[in-house]
Amino acid sequence: MSNLKLIIKREFIARVRNKTFVVMTFLGPLMMVGMISLITWLATLNNDEIRKVALYDKTGSFSTDFKDSNDIDYIDYSHLTLNDAKDSVVIKKLDGLLYIPKKSTNSELEKSIQFYADEAPNISLLNRIEEIIASKLTNQNFKEKGFDLDLIENSKAKVNILIENFSGEKTSKMSSYIKMIFGGVAGYFLMMFIIVYGNMVMRSVIEEKSNRIIEIIISSVKPLQLMMGKILGTSFAGILQFLIWGILGGVLLIVASSVFGIDPQPVGIDQSLILQEDGQQEIQLILQDIMKLPLGVLVLSFFIYFVGGYFLYSSIYAAIGAAVDSETDSQQFMLPIILPLMLGIYVGFFSVIDNPHGTVSTVFSMIPLTSPIVMLMRIPFGVSWWEVLISMLLLIGSIIFITWLAGKIYRVGILMYGKKPTYKELFRWMKY
Amino acid sequence: MANLLEVQQATKKFGNFTALQDVSIQVPKGSIFGLLGPNGAGKTTLIRIINQITLPDKGSVYLDNELLKPQHIKDIGYLPEERGLYKSMKVGEQALYLAQLKGLSKNEAKERLKYWFDKFEISHWWNKKIQELSKGMAQKVQFIVTVLHKPKLLIFDEPFSGFDPINANVIKDEILQLRDEGATVIFSTHRMESVEELCDHIALINKSKKILEGKVTDIKRAYKTNAFEVGLLTENNIDLYNTLQDRFNVTAADFKTIDNQLKIKITLDHNTSSNELLQYLSDKGQIMRFNEVIPGINEIFIKTITEHE
Repeated sequence: MSNLKLIIKREFIARVRNKTFVVMTFLGPLMMVGMISLITWLATLNNDEIRKVALYDKTGSFSTDFKDSNDIDYIDYSHLTLNDAKDSVVIKKLDGLLYIPKKSTNSELEKSIQFYADEAPNISLLNRIEEIIASKLTNQNFKEKGFDLDLIENSKAKVNILIENFSGEKTSKMSSYIKMIFGGVAGYFLMMFIIVYGNMVMRSVIEEKSNRIIEIIISSVKPLQLMMGKILGTSFAGILQFLIWGILGGVLLIVASSVFGIDPQPVGIDQSLILQEDGQQEIQLILQDIMKLPLGVLVLSFFIYFVGGYFLYSSIYAAIGAAVDSETDSQQFMLPIILPLMLGIYVGFFSVIDNPHGTVSTVFSMIPLTSPIVMLMRIPFGVSWWEVLISMLLLIGSIIFITWLAGKIYRVGILMYGKKPTYKELFRWMKY
Repeated sequence: MANLLEVQQATKKFGNFTALQDVSIQVPKGSIFGLLGPNGAGKTTLIRIINQITLPDKGSVYLDNELLKPQHIKDIGYLPEERGLYKSMKVGEQALYLAQLKGLSKNEAKERLKYWFDKFEISHWWNKKIQELSKGMAQKVQFIVTVLHKPKLLIFDEPFSGFDPINANVIKDEILQLRDEGATVIFSTHRMESVEELCDHIALINKSKKILEGKVTDIKRAYKTNAFEVGLLTENNIDLYNTLQDRFNVTAADFKTIDNQLKIKITLDHNTSSNELLQYLSDKGQIMRFNEVIPGINEIFIKTITEHE
């Protein structure tokens, strides 16, 4: 077996056997699903609470409009005096008292409705009450002015713009959401992978250094080979972990949703958008949209940017690990990693989504340290092949360059003990 | 005798710091070669160049008359001074791993490890983690890993540190046996008594330069001053001392005796032989001790270094 394979195997086994790794692999999805279940459960808990609102209606015309719903009960106190009604609300600990005074005109009434409550009332509750009163008053106004309500109802138009591109393909309005989700998930996933497993590479380098085994090993293999083996072995462990997380998380989510009756739909999507009147057609269009995304290109570019981005960053992580004696010392060198990653994510979530082909998005999808994340987020929106090519070439070029530099720092650093290096010293090591 | 290893004019600079300056050494086949020098002299850099861990800025290294190449790694076994093992890996596993990195097949490595583990009576450590072993125990494993692939050249940097005297002796005997089986050994240490005991060749490096190299016997011959240590039982020590001082270059000597001897060191000029001295002394008293003063490596070490300061 070649040395590189041996190193990859050892690194992989060392990572996978690590207790924290094992615990996180199996506990991770459990915790995630647990969290989701908890949040959903808490949300339903809150909804189960029935609000009780006292109604004090002097006009006498609203009582039929305020019907008890599954979370609000209305209690009619109109027969009492206002003060008695207020007192009863306080004594019975109701959520509030809605006071509708008698006014001669609707326009006066509009401004004089009051809600008494100890605590500031729930906004959605107020919105609902306002809506009920407003529609009632609007209808009354229409009637007063002699409009036929049925005619008005029949005259209402519903507009649903169908989007079609110039070559005649129909798309749904969800199309850009879908693209955003594809890109966002890919970019975020890449960032997490880099941070989690890059750190693992770094820790493994520090471990070899502090165990003092490093010199024994590099008398058998080339430092660059060791570094590559480490990066690869760790990434395989990472991919395995992500796969287990994906499968286990999916299974658990299905189990959890069937047991607790929790809706596994992602919360972010506005469901009303999907389930419109022509929901059926809309869903079909969404499916079409997904199918129409250049899936092959997406998968391929995801693969390239994922591998490229991970290599770029983890070789920097490896160099940092080689330069320091302990993990605490590594903090001072974290900036060159965290800064571009954060920049990539922020540019991705703000600029790309807002304007995928704007200058900021384009520039950042070219700069090698941010390009893996930003370009991954841009690609679903359609990027011309030559832009992707330039970005990839730049990325590959800088991987070679950065790995080479990192390899130099690594080679010198692993044999240096005792002193905390500065950036200046790292720069000098590159020239040894 | 042919040389197994030749380093020619090796120079290595780290920035403005010169670690090695035109250092050449010749390590004869089958020898135990002591690489000596004060801390920071450049020994480790030289060793790392031989191990291809560091590349020299200038100069070349030949192993068995071939220019040093990556495939020579398997011909060299190196026990560095800064050494350790993976703490959380099992002893057997990492011994196998390190042996495989040196090009042994898994089965071959297993077989040879079994032999050595049995020899050192440590077979029951196979499934233990290094963190459960003492430092000396871990050192034994490292020693085995260093020699397992039967390299032509063995490089030991402070091999005895961390060993108790008994185990140090075990390791010393193993080194000697490996030499007898045909290996060449480079041995870097500060413990001069083990150099004295083991090395037949030495090189002395100081401040990045080699200042002395050769066969131990030749070096000692060159450094000896034709001096003799004499112990005499006389009637009157002071009288004799004064008489001798008129004829020879005499200084007081210090060695342990059980009776009151006159202890002196006499340095002869080149015209006088030791026999003549012995004859002269024979009727001056009872000669209890008469031996040539041969400088120890420690002495030579200190003397050469101070001369070069």
